[in-house]
Amino acid sequence: MESILSIKNLHKRYGFVHAVNGISLEIKKGNVYGILGPNGSGKSTTLGIVLNVVNKTSGEFTWFDGSQSTHEAIKKVGAIIERPNFYPYMTAAENLSLVCKIKGIPKTKVAEKLEIVGLTERRNSKFRTFSLGMKQRLAIASALLNDPEILILDEPTNGLDPQGIHQIREIIRLIASTGTTILLASHLLDEVEKVCSHVLVLKKGQMLYSGTVSDMVRSEGFFELAANDLVELERKLRLHPYFKSVDSAQDKLVFTTSTTIAAADLNQYLASENIFVSHLAFKKPSLEEQFLTLTKTANL
Amino acid sequence: MKRLLSIEFQKIWLNNPSRILTITYFALLSLIALITAIKFDIGDFHFNIAEIGIFNFPYIWHFNTYFADYFKFFLAIVIVSMMANEYSYGTLKQNLIDGLSKKELVKSKVLTVFAMAAASTVFVFLLSLILGLIHSSFTEFRTIITDIDYLLGYFIKLSAFFSLCLFVGILVKRSAFALGFLIILYIATAILHAILRFKVLDTEIADAIMQFAPTNAISDIIVEPISRLSAVQQMGAQVGLESDKKFDVNYKAAAISLCWTAVFIIGSYRVLKRRDL
Repeated sequence: MESILSIKNLHKRYGFVHAVNGISLEIKKGNVYGILGPNGSGKSTTLGIVLNVVNKTSGEFTWFDGSQSTHEAIKKVGAIIERPNFYPYMTAAENLSLVCKIKGIPKTKVAEKLEIVGLTERRNSKFRTFSLGMKQRLAIASALLNDPEILILDEPTNGLDPQGIHQIREIIRLIASTGTTILLASHLLDEVEKVCSHVLVLKKGQMLYSGTVSDMVRSEGFFELAANDLVELERKLRLHPYFKSVDSAQDKLVFTTSTTIAAADLNQYLASENIFVSHLAFKKPSLEEQFLTLTKTANL
Repeated sequence: MKRLLSIEFQKIWLNNPSRILTITYFALLSLIALITAIKFDIGDFHFNIAEIGIFNFPYIWHFNTYFADYFKFFLAIVIVSMMANEYSYGTLKQNLIDGLSKKELVKSKVLTVFAMAAASTVFVFLLSLILGLIHSSFTEFRTIITDIDYLLGYFIKLSAFFSLCLFVGILVKRSAFALGFLIILYIATAILHAILRFKVLDTEIADAIMQFAPTNAISDIIVEPISRLSAVQQMGAQVGLESDKKFDVNYKAAAISLCWTAVFIIGSYRVLKRRDL
């Protein structure tokens, strides 16, 4: 597959703060990538570096296999970083035509892209009169102007109301369906789980995980159990041949096994031990739980 | 180059305050023409300023370029706020993300600044030409083009000053602070000059050193034209003041100003390049 962006051992220091600490990654054409990480984990700094707004301390990155200079390559990228930045005194259409001039493309795309994000009616309103949701949609229209090879979105739903979040997600899904490569930085996990095929997890500037979403979610799984006598239940679970761990979670017990077993077998075992459960469920951890486990266990 | 200029022109022209300041600037420049209307009578003495020779070629080039220079502060505000807005709107970052390189960004601002200086120079040229043709006692072609290099001096003066404004705007980020910084720079230079002159060194050495200060070099390019007026010189002669002052364009100051212009432009680029946005 064609490489869109390749980062090798990237570092960024702000004084004593090591904001990006040896990140390496490869973005391939056609995938939708999510970058996950708590606030301050280096997501935006990494994106800032590859977009030439932040100076790297060391390391390397190349766009499109290094066939073009970074400056030329960025013209083929569509990006929104953190908040929508436009000239408040210009109208939506004027702002987009300015972006066309910067990217060196004809202004014919302005109307088309405003239509995609549903701002056609407001094209002649000044940017400062827009709501945050509209501003964010204008930013997406602006990023799409050049029909980019890759769309970079940094927290696109930050600060929006549920309706706004939904609109933005619909737009992202629409764009993803056209085969555009997308890089979505977010701390909203369900967002990433819903739209992304690949995921990168960052914490304190280091990469903890890189792979597909399904690989990250795939794991042993666990049982949730409840019974009238939780103490007795726990004692019996500890005697189970495949016992690995048992924790109490509110009025339930969470039981993990060393190999996969069927829920029916566990039920049968407990029944044979004279314990009758009031609740038994086999669960797989969500991306959120996986993410929390990953970021908690990594002692950084 | 056309692309970069058109980007900046759109940013400035669609911004109400900048547009109004620019229009005001050129409107005020045209007001120089109103000086011709100054006439008054004291008893039998008829005074008409247009008749004392300020609109005579070639003197008019000197007079107009000197006084037109005072209005440059209007464009200084436009230049400083054009940079400050980019920071406060976050559009500097966005422009870079959209594909303008830092070099192109500085280039577009520098081109705009030179375009402003050029527009002002052309405007002053046309204004002076028209006023001169109306009021001057001598309108032979050779007289008209004599001393026309004041316009070159004027252009260098404005370019250097506007480059200074641009550099300060990029360095300081906020328009109010940047303008304050410019004023402080002028005052500090003047104070330093005065201290060197009266306390530390003698006048000649102090002047020799301070002519290299950017604000001094810029204002030294064109000296004041009033004492050059024949009426004023006659008055001076009557009270026994013979002046041997030079009134030509000071090309040494112009050369120093051009060096500073280069420093400010390269400095602007360096500052922007090193900064994380």
